[in-house]
Amino acid sequence: MHQLRAWDAQSVAEVIEFRGETTIVVPREHLLRAAAFLAIDPSLHFSFLSDISTLDRFPLEPRFEVNYHLLSLDRNERVRLKVRLGGSDPIVHSVTSIWPTANWHERENFDLMGIRFEGHPELSRILMPDDWEGHPQRKDYPVEGYR
Amino acid sequence: MTATIETVTGAANTMVLNMGPQHPSTHGVLRVVLELNGEIVVKARPVIGYLHTGIEKNMESKTYSQALTMTDRIDYLAPLSNNLCYCLAVEKILGLEIPKRAQYIRVLLTELTRIASHLVWVGTHAIDLGAMSVFLYTFREREEIMKIFEYVSGQRMMTSYFRIGGIALEPPPNWLDRVRRVIDALPGHIDEYEDLLTNNRIWLGRTKGVGIISAEDAIAMGASGPMLRGSGVAYDIRKAFPYSSYDEFDFKIQTQTAGDCFARYQVRVAEIRESIKIVRQAIEKIPAEGPIKAVAPGIVAPSREEMKASIEGLIYHFKIFTEGFAPPPGEVYQAIESPRGELGFFVASDGSSHPYRVKVRAPSFINLQTLPKLCEGRLIADVVACIGTTDIVLGEVDR
Repeated sequence: MHQLRAWDAQSVAEVIEFRGETTIVVPREHLLRAAAFLAIDPSLHFSFLSDISTLDRFPLEPRFEVNYHLLSLDRNERVRLKVRLGGSDPIVHSVTSIWPTANWHERENFDLMGIRFEGHPELSRILMPDDWEGHPQRKDYPVEGYR
Repeated sequence: MTATIETVTGAANTMVLNMGPQHPSTHGVLRVVLELNGEIVVKARPVIGYLHTGIEKNMESKTYSQALTMTDRIDYLAPLSNNLCYCLAVEKILGLEIPKRAQYIRVLLTELTRIASHLVWVGTHAIDLGAMSVFLYTFREREEIMKIFEYVSGQRMMTSYFRIGGIALEPPPNWLDRVRRVIDALPGHIDEYEDLLTNNRIWLGRTKGVGIISAEDAIAMGASGPMLRGSGVAYDIRKAFPYSSYDEFDFKIQTQTAGDCFARYQVRVAEIRESIKIVRQAIEKIPAEGPIKAVAPGIVAPSREEMKASIEGLIYHFKIFTEGFAPPPGEVYQAIESPRGELGFFVASDGSSHPYRVKVRAPSFINLQTLPKLCEGRLIADVVACIGTTDIVLGEVDR
């Protein structure tokens, strides 16, 4: 976190500590640069992307929070990057160029939450059928579905 | 999930073959769209979603305790690992400390789960590649472990035995003797499987040099568990981020450097032996008596006697089972080493009695992503070996 701030203070919007876990809130336009820095910088080396998950804060704004769970295999350290997105344009840059594993993670988040990842090689539904309407994991989508 | 089966490369001499979702070697409802040039796989595209049941969505509409039962159904070959990971995540939000006795019992049972899951894997992988008899033997031993689960929790598979704050009930008397009996017989049985497979020329021909993934690729693709260790990365969450007192147990991370199907087979067989070691240590460590639940009124349900005898017990019992409990708002990510790799639960609380969001980092889902890398450029028969070696459980892939 300190290293990221020292490298580019603008890329750290907020830092949240909860139960020993560090969350760094990154502005949307800085995500790709910050992620690349965290992954490649030899003293950080977060080479493993564990998970991408989205929180829907409906009806609050900014509505979506995309969480990137990073892991450094050689230093045994975890960090969470968080990007806040508005409900009207949930678009964020894809991180597949940094971590190829993000491919399916991002497809899942697109499918279930409707987050669009710019620059993703093949952004299509992964769990739901292609012709499905809506994004089931969103809070305004009823648990029993539309009938 | 996508319905189209067009050629991806568009080359004139290729054809598309649809494998699954109803195919015995896909271990469930996995579908792989293969583009073939003769017998060579040019492109493989896994198509998933046939078993999507919306478990994560469902968990949001249940209380924290009710949502626990959903976790059994995610990875039905290792239900206790899922129970454990979810419990640890919620306990992390709550800041609960679990009694040592419960922690050791959790370790013992999750290691038995790992053994059972790896036994299923050895058996089904062998039957996929034509070695029928191993399957029958491994399921015989797995059944013994299932009987232990039934003896302890009352259920063979969907145990829900670990609860938030501890474990559900006091294990029956003499259960450790039964565990010891099963564990003592296991090493001999594993020698039998190895006799049948490890030096078997057909087995070697089907697995050696097949489905190679380098350490760099495995990390980049997010592969974890035996997929990662088979490529020479000595990474195990039980060592890297010890949970549930794993730091008090003596075991080694099993690795192989070849990165092929055979290396992953060796890793998994060696892991069964390591798990036996951990179970033995746990049997010694578990105290005969002691609390199995954390002291947390309002979160951990009181015992039957307490509920009947004291007014506080009655009130807490009523409140827990009608409205549940409300952890403080916040988000945690808890990862454990499941038989398949890094199993993670991201749990977000908004301060109400229902989880605001539960996201499962399913190891099978991510490991399956490596499938095209494993089998492209190889024969179609190797696809079966490659699917088997990723050790997927479709319930977990699709959730």
